[in-house]
Amino acid sequence: MNVRLRSLSAAAVAIAVVAGASACSSATSSATPPALSGSITVFAAASLTTTFRSLAATFQRKNPDVTVQLSFAGSADLVTQITNGAPADVFASADTKNMTKLVDAKLVDGQPVNFATNVLEIAVPPDNPASIRSFADLAKPGVKTVVCAPQVPCGSATVAVERVSGVILTPVSEESAVTDVLGKVSSGEADAGLVYVTDVKAAGSTVKGIEFAESRAAVNTYPIAALRGSTNAAVATAFVDYVIGIVGQKTLAAAGFGKP
Amino acid sequence: MAPRWSSAIPGWVIAAAVVGAVFVLFPLAAMATRVDWPNFLSLVTSPSSVAALLLSLRTSLAATAACIVLGVPMALMLARTAFRGQRLVRALVLLPLVLPPVIGGIALLAAFGRRGLLGQTFDVLGVSIAFSTAAVVIAQTFVALPFLVLSLESSLRLTGTRYEAVASTLGATPTTVLRRITLPLIFPALLSGAVLSFARALGEFGATLTFAGSLQGVTRTLPLEIYLQRETDPDAAVALSLVLVLVAVLVVGLTLRTSAASSLVRRGTS
Repeated sequence: MNVRLRSLSAAAVAIAVVAGASACSSATSSATPPALSGSITVFAAASLTTTFRSLAATFQRKNPDVTVQLSFAGSADLVTQITNGAPADVFASADTKNMTKLVDAKLVDGQPVNFATNVLEIAVPPDNPASIRSFADLAKPGVKTVVCAPQVPCGSATVAVERVSGVILTPVSEESAVTDVLGKVSSGEADAGLVYVTDVKAAGSTVKGIEFAESRAAVNTYPIAALRGSTNAAVATAFVDYVIGIVGQKTLAAAGFGKP
Repeated sequence: MAPRWSSAIPGWVIAAAVVGAVFVLFPLAAMATRVDWPNFLSLVTSPSSVAALLLSLRTSLAATAACIVLGVPMALMLARTAFRGQRLVRALVLLPLVLPPVIGGIALLAAFGRRGLLGQTFDVLGVSIAFSTAAVVIAQTFVALPFLVLSLESSLRLTGTRYEAVASTLGATPTTVLRRITLPLIFPALLSGAVLSFARALGEFGATLTFAGSLQGVTRTLPLEIYLQRETDPDAAVALSLVLVLVAVLVVGLTLRTSAASSLVRRGTS
């Protein structure tokens, strides 16, 4: 029952997150062909929240007649919503697997484009109580390590890293979202957690990040695509181009994302 | 007695009531249509599902027991005594009823977490609550306790104190009065309150997720399992949801029977 409540509130948030800034247009619209107008809804993976909010704002400033509505959730959640008929114009996924589901359902317009990558990083409380220095340290007895469950993207990345490194973790908890892992670490309940580089960056001073070489074994690729059901294909395509373009790439790099 | 009253209810009230009932039942029925029936059994009997169901039943029972141990004295204090600030105390202890469970989880972390106010004390005693089944029971007790207190308190007020007064004038000690008069009188309410607490504990999600974590067989209760399964196996999530609904229906049925019994008892005593 709670599950239903949660998706209800997710929908409420989706409705509420209307980035309504109709923008103080000083945009020197460099005399490009027909000006874009209308509104689009972008469904993006939760890990893209900060970057896409800022990208949507600058995109609207550049195109004063355009409104970009954003809806953030786990990629699998978003795919479920889209296949159930949610009105989305653009989908940005945190992994290729979920994008493939939409491609297979023939809901994608054209081909998805990979626009960013993300790797795992160890997050520890700022004082690093268990003195973690490497990935192998996470398996030391007595260390309370929290990871994502194998069913979610960050969890399958964790499994891949374990396989390559030969280090077998015995986590005290397998969370269903990266934010829950981060919460356990920043509250000091856990000694360490495995999250994405971008999560550590976004968490600021509440956690400390420790990079490790084995993370290269599981590079998460983020694809983006305009959707076939879009009622405003021109704006949808323009937004996708904006994300893969120079401004988009710069914003993503600043948040810690890697090149595709 | 229902038919005798129904003639007094305006037609539009009945219509609105039917709409309300459909509003509640339709989504549940709609969910049932999504169940992958041919694979239903294998979906709900997978090792992870069974582990989650057993853990849920175990922890909810333990939480219900904790609710009874803590809730009965609380209800007695609220219904049978008068002290300064009683109304405020009542409002405060019932807070978990209206708090979003996630906030309950955050509050529990602040109190019992490793870095919580009591975390050091637990460390000294060698007790570690973090990521243990005990944490699940604590979270469930926290959210379920008000249900027991609330139903017991109202029942205590309704039954009145006449029998208790008589018993004590006949020389019964307070403990004897409690044991021989009060508790038997409110037993039906205690039962239905316990069932409600059990149901609330069974559905607990937010506080558990925040406070206890999620590990198969240790802290991943049925609602958490459903939430996780949804990521990769929506069919399993729907099937498990139905299991939880069935358990809830059973529990509601039990409550109705016990509350019917309790109203009978009440009528008998008045």
